[in-house]
Amino acid sequence: MYKAITQSQIFVLDQDEALDFYVNKLGLELHTDQDLGFMRWLTVNVPGDRGRQILLEKPGPPAMNEAMAAQVRDMVTKGAMGGWLCISTDDAHKTYETLKARGVELTDEPTERPYGVDFGIRDPFGNAIRIGQMNTPA
Amino acid sequence: MSRAQEETNRRMLRARDAMDRMYADPLDIPTLARIAHVSEAHFIRTFRATFGETPHRYLQRRRVERAMFLLRETDRSVTDICFEVGFSSLGTFSRTFRDIVKEPATDYRKRNHEMPVPTCFVRSWTRPSSFG
Repeated sequence: MYKAITQSQIFVLDQDEALDFYVNKLGLELHTDQDLGFMRWLTVNVPGDRGRQILLEKPGPPAMNEAMAAQVRDMVTKGAMGGWLCISTDDAHKTYETLKARGVELTDEPTERPYGVDFGIRDPFGNAIRIGQMNTPA
Repeated sequence: MSRAQEETNRRMLRARDAMDRMYADPLDIPTLARIAHVSEAHFIRTFRATFGETPHRYLQRRRVERAMFLLRETDRSVTDICFEVGFSSLGTFSRTFRDIVKEPATDYRKRNHEMPVPTCFVRSWTRPSSFG
């Protein structure tokens, strides 16, 4: 019946900063950056996996009023918004060192788990991202 | 919600992440306040306003959650685990564990199982709550 998750979304506070972080630091690929007038449609994907986009959405009017947008920004910066990505890699240790050299905020180091080796980072806004070298390739 | 408030949240989150990462170290308020780039008095007050509990309590819950993990998934002694997760006395550990988990560590250990989901969710959702 279903085949795949093709698009998902996380909130960011600044789309220029998000683009720089997700593409230049994290190493994702820009999929679409288009000014639709009412919003900037900014999506990225894992390099080579263009069928799965992540929308980097800025909260604000008219989709939500400023008071609601402020609540969203409050939650994002507290790490409580639930914007969460889990990305697989073929070498967690090497990826960790690459991101460390690029000045990414690392929340924990590569650790052996029952399911593989993974570590955590935060984006500049407070969203949590996990990067894992899984035992069973996803 | 001002930009300044959002920046403050982000700093408090950075200090909280540090507690999650370095829970086994003798973390003190000056160290955490430095990570958050605020004064010590300001740090405790602001952390509490941001997350609803003091940094001390958050760190205790983090350590107890790690102790619960080790009790479940290893055969190591309670004393070993107490020091491993950052407590400096068995008395404090036992009191804190019982206060937070509502049962002694040895009783908790009897209900032992691994959890097949990403660690960060286990960490967040098995941590005994401060919030009832």
